[in-house]
Amino acid sequence: MLRIENVSVSFGGKAALDRLALEIAAGEVVSVLGPSGSGKSTLLRVVAGLQPPDSGRVLLDGEDLVSVPAHRRGIGLVFQDHALFHHRDVWGNVGFGLRMRGDSRQEIERRARYCLDLVGLAGYERRSILTLSGGEQQRVALARALAPEPRVLLLDEPLGSLDRRLRDRLLEDLAKIFDELRVTALHVTHDRAEAFALGDRVAVMRAGRIVQVGTPDELWARPADEDTARFLGLNVRDGTAVRPEAITVRPVAPDQGGDGVVRRAVRQGPTVKLEIELNSGETLEAVVAALAHPAPGDRVQIEVDEHGVSELSVEGPKALHGFDR
Amino acid sequence: MSARTWRGLTYGVPLAFLALFFVYPLVSIMERGLSSGDDLAAAIDVLTEPLTREVVWFTVWQAVVSTALTILIAFPASYVLGRYTFRGRGVALAVVTVPFVLPTVVVAIAFLAVLPERLERGSAAILIAHVFLNVAVVVRVVGTFWAGLDPRVSEAAATLGAGPWRSFREVTLPLLAPALAAAASIVFLFSFTSFGVVLILGGPRYSTLETEIYNQAVRMFDLRAAAVLALVQLVCVALAVWAATRLEAGLAVGGWRGREQDVLRPLRTPRERTFAAISLGALALFLGVPLAVLVERSLAVGGGHGFEAYRALGKPTNALLATPWEAVVNSIVYAGGATAIALVCGGLAAFAVAGSRRGGTRLLDGSLMLPLGASAVMLGFGFVIAFDTEPIDFRSLPWIVPVVQALVAIPFVVRIVAPTLRAIDERQREAAAVLGASPGRVRREIDLPVAGRALGVAAGFAFAISLGEFGATVFLARPDSPTLPVAIFRFLGRPGELNVGQAYALAVILMVAVALSILVIERLRRDRVSWF
Amino acid sequence: MRRQVTVCYKAIAAFAGAGALAFGVVACGSDETPTDIVLVTHDSFVISDDVKQAFERESGLRLRILQSGDAGELLSKALLTAGNPQGDVLFGVDNNLLSRALDGDLFEPYESPLLEQVDEDYALDPEHRVTPIDHGEVCLNYDKAWFSERAVEPPRSLDDLADPRFENLVVVENPATSTPGLAFLLATVARYGEPGWQDFWRELRENRVLVADGWEEAYNVRFSGAAGKGERPIVVSYASSPPAEVIFATPRPKEAPTAVVEDSCFRQIEFAGVLRGTRNGEGARKLVDFLLATRFQEDVPLSMFVFPVNRSAVLPPAFTKFAVIPENPLELPAADIGANRDRWVKEWTSIVLR
Repeated sequence: MLRIENVSVSFGGKAALDRLALEIAAGEVVSVLGPSGSGKSTLLRVVAGLQPPDSGRVLLDGEDLVSVPAHRRGIGLVFQDHALFHHRDVWGNVGFGLRMRGDSRQEIERRARYCLDLVGLAGYERRSILTLSGGEQQRVALARALAPEPRVLLLDEPLGSLDRRLRDRLLEDLAKIFDELRVTALHVTHDRAEAFALGDRVAVMRAGRIVQVGTPDELWARPADEDTARFLGLNVRDGTAVRPEAITVRPVAPDQGGDGVVRRAVRQGPTVKLEIELNSGETLEAVVAALAHPAPGDRVQIEVDEHGVSELSVEGPKALHGFDR
Repeated sequence: MSARTWRGLTYGVPLAFLALFFVYPLVSIMERGLSSGDDLAAAIDVLTEPLTREVVWFTVWQAVVSTALTILIAFPASYVLGRYTFRGRGVALAVVTVPFVLPTVVVAIAFLAVLPERLERGSAAILIAHVFLNVAVVVRVVGTFWAGLDPRVSEAAATLGAGPWRSFREVTLPLLAPALAAAASIVFLFSFTSFGVVLILGGPRYSTLETEIYNQAVRMFDLRAAAVLALVQLVCVALAVWAATRLEAGLAVGGWRGREQDVLRPLRTPRERTFAAISLGALALFLGVPLAVLVERSLAVGGGHGFEAYRALGKPTNALLATPWEAVVNSIVYAGGATAIALVCGGLAAFAVAGSRRGGTRLLDGSLMLPLGASAVMLGFGFVIAFDTEPIDFRSLPWIVPVVQALVAIPFVVRIVAPTLRAIDERQREAAAVLGASPGRVRREIDLPVAGRALGVAAGFAFAISLGEFGATVFLARPDSPTLPVAIFRFLGRPGELNVGQAYALAVILMVAVALSILVIERLRRDRVSWF
Repeated sequence: MRRQVTVCYKAIAAFAGAGALAFGVVACGSDETPTDIVLVTHDSFVISDDVKQAFERESGLRLRILQSGDAGELLSKALLTAGNPQGDVLFGVDNNLLSRALDGDLFEPYESPLLEQVDEDYALDPEHRVTPIDHGEVCLNYDKAWFSERAVEPPRSLDDLADPRFENLVVVENPATSTPGLAFLLATVARYGEPGWQDFWRELRENRVLVADGWEEAYNVRFSGAAGKGERPIVVSYASSPPAEVIFATPRPKEAPTAVVEDSCFRQIEFAGVLRGTRNGEGARKLVDFLLATRFQEDVPLSMFVFPVNRSAVLPPAFTKFAVIPENPLELPAADIGANRDRWVKEWTSIVLR
């Protein structure tokens, strides 16, 4: 179990992590979701031992890691932009950690091959890093981090620089690999879909703090505060969060009034996202599944399912602030 | 200008310059030397003499050991300057560079005054002086290259279980290898052909190829022996340059080259601060003591200290045919001329070198390095006999000096400008072309502005090198307008306290001028892609 | 002189800016007019401005001085360019190198009328291819204060150096690399003959003589009586070094801090000659005459710290007061030196250094 206790880090007086607390159970994948600049990478660097915290502790299975240097922590990290060793080929990268822990040749051979298979790069052993595509580099980075069987795997925006299709495929692969290996992982991203796809639980981070932790469903159902709700993509109305799929949209004739007018309609795979300008001037997002949906310019009437509305706490973040027990 | 014409210019001008002012005089003197005397067999006798073997062996030995020691001693400081940012970093880079451009004779004299008597003669003194002179090369080349290495690569190694030493050996060192090879080849060349240091600190017992060539040509009047030895030296140097360019190309690893501001971080832990303080402090002490001795000597008057020597610089002296201040002015004018020549030739060559990585360009790059390793004595003599008829009879005219200084400065200009040009994202040029820029226009709009800053840096460096250039200049026929290093040398050759004081005072002025021009360079350079 | 330099700086700029070789060459080359006279000499040559102007006024020629390294380099380059010389007159060949210069056929004979005022002793070439201009004596110098403070007798003769009293006290220059070093070796040859000189040097080696590569190091760094405040109180230098120590000291001392061992002095005579192939023979001869005339001859003591050969030249007071002109300096025939020099230097090297 990984336990991050009240960790603070500041750079030049500016707090990157502010008494941050988070627990990850063995075998669990937690995704930290936050906008850029919220301190996500710093969090990973603290856990990996690359950044000493100003205060607070990091415990792994009860052992305080703060005085343990990075190379003795047994924590794997997949870097943003990979940070691969360009002077070594694929094999040299994947086998690196195994050599560091002093594995025998056969063991290195077996394990590295297994990891390359796992990420779908069998046969790439002798390729130079510079000849690989972005997605392939990402897979090498993952295989490299997984090879020495880290106690915890950290992933820093692992799919950030890839195109959408590749991302979706890699997301699935990642989820499968995590399942298969029962990895304990901490994953940070700014992308909601990525966080929901990978994380058993998702921790929402803002300005150096975790403001809410929960399963994707819990977060979706009950966001802690306005900012979180907005960041997740929920509508915020009168101190409540309204889920887009809980809104029923019905077209009306132009002269019949209705509640508002559709400004945009964007197909997102099986569903369509509608941006509706209400008569009050507010904007509301709704999601419909039908093939026949209102078009921009159509006047519509809306209906909100009361189960799709949740109260927002005004001081939500405070409840989660640290282990004060 | 068409692309072909431009390519022709980038190769043609530097090669023509090299052919006319390096190859031609050198070949002339070699030919004269080898054909003098009765038969060629005698020339071969020179090669088989035990003394020759001894000299070659010592030359190679001291160059190799000097190079290794220089890298070893400069390494901690390169690390600190390549990984951390702190107040005074620019000043540190500038100060480290001062010894590199000081005339070797001045350095040797300073070392005689500093070293304990047991050490002051012989191989130890030579090695120490070579390290002193060349530390800058390693610190600047390796340090700036280091500052472009992605620090996360070492962090990745740490998360994979590599301890600091392991991570250094397996990740950092291989990535630094091309910079180390480049620095080593320059230090090797300078040590291999070192003249003033070996002559003075080596004492009569130690001689290198370069001092032996001098002995044979100037003292023994045996031009043939000198030519044979010069040929041996040139072959060694060419081999070393060839090996170095091959090595550099072989070791080069593509990939991420960051900007310094993303890589350098402040010193945080007390351990980091202590390490930085010790490694920079030790280097400062090593470099500072001889420099401080120069300053002290320049102020020593009678029993006490004062500015007599400096005051005397404005007056006519019997050591020179001009006042020392005029020598300062001469130096600046010559160095300016040399800088202009070096920028034109070196800048064009940099475009050629950056434009392609084929063997031909490597050959151009390597050829331009050769003047650093050629015998200054023979080159000087070569000028005398090569340019002795109209229309190119300018043996005795002043601008021969800038030409020779430029020969030494050009390789540095290439090394500063070419990497910057190479670092330009090809897509920028493509973008400009798509937007309607012709190839010439692309060069003007994209390459030149980027190269401009690098050319500025190169100009400063070329200027500093030319200011301190001593080797070849001193062997040229010179008119009655001496440069600073020559003036220093002449003052040292006179009895009387005031003369020696003035020599040291001029050395201090040279030192300050050099430090200032390097400080300006440090201000100017922000991109930091180049290796110097 | 100044105007010409400016023109050539412009040429540099033109060259650099346009990259046009030919223009630069022509601009500089055309500056050379037949009214010039070029004196090729070594780095130690000095002439006072007013003396130089006097020559230019009298002769109507502009005097350009081309300095070309030390005496050895000067001669090397002159030999390389024999027949197509770099200038018109060469000054700075001494008796040690004279045979080499004459064998190299560098000069056109010229017998200056002013030779009447010069002792025949100095005119070593009967064919007058070279003309003596000055002489200087290479002598042992010692630091007076060092000896008086320790109440030790300073050396009186060459023989004394072998005395254990002077162990660790002497610094000499390497004859292979230094002119005064060679002169001092010749002094010992002249004094002890063969094989006596070899024995003498073996004794000096026993006595831990220090060998410096050049005069600069020996005098300025090793010698205790000069600016470097070294550790050795006896050095091979010149008879004119004591007055130099007076003239270049602030404040000027009342007497010289160093002295000369008269018995050890070896005479060096410096010659000038008209270079074969000169473009201005008449001007060249005028210049040789001028170098022998009292105007220049009286300039040499203070500018180059050597003594004039012209009998009628008046020595400056500092010289009459502090300098010693040895009455019977050691000498060797130039032909002997030419024939044996390389062998002597080699032998010396194996005795003293190996």
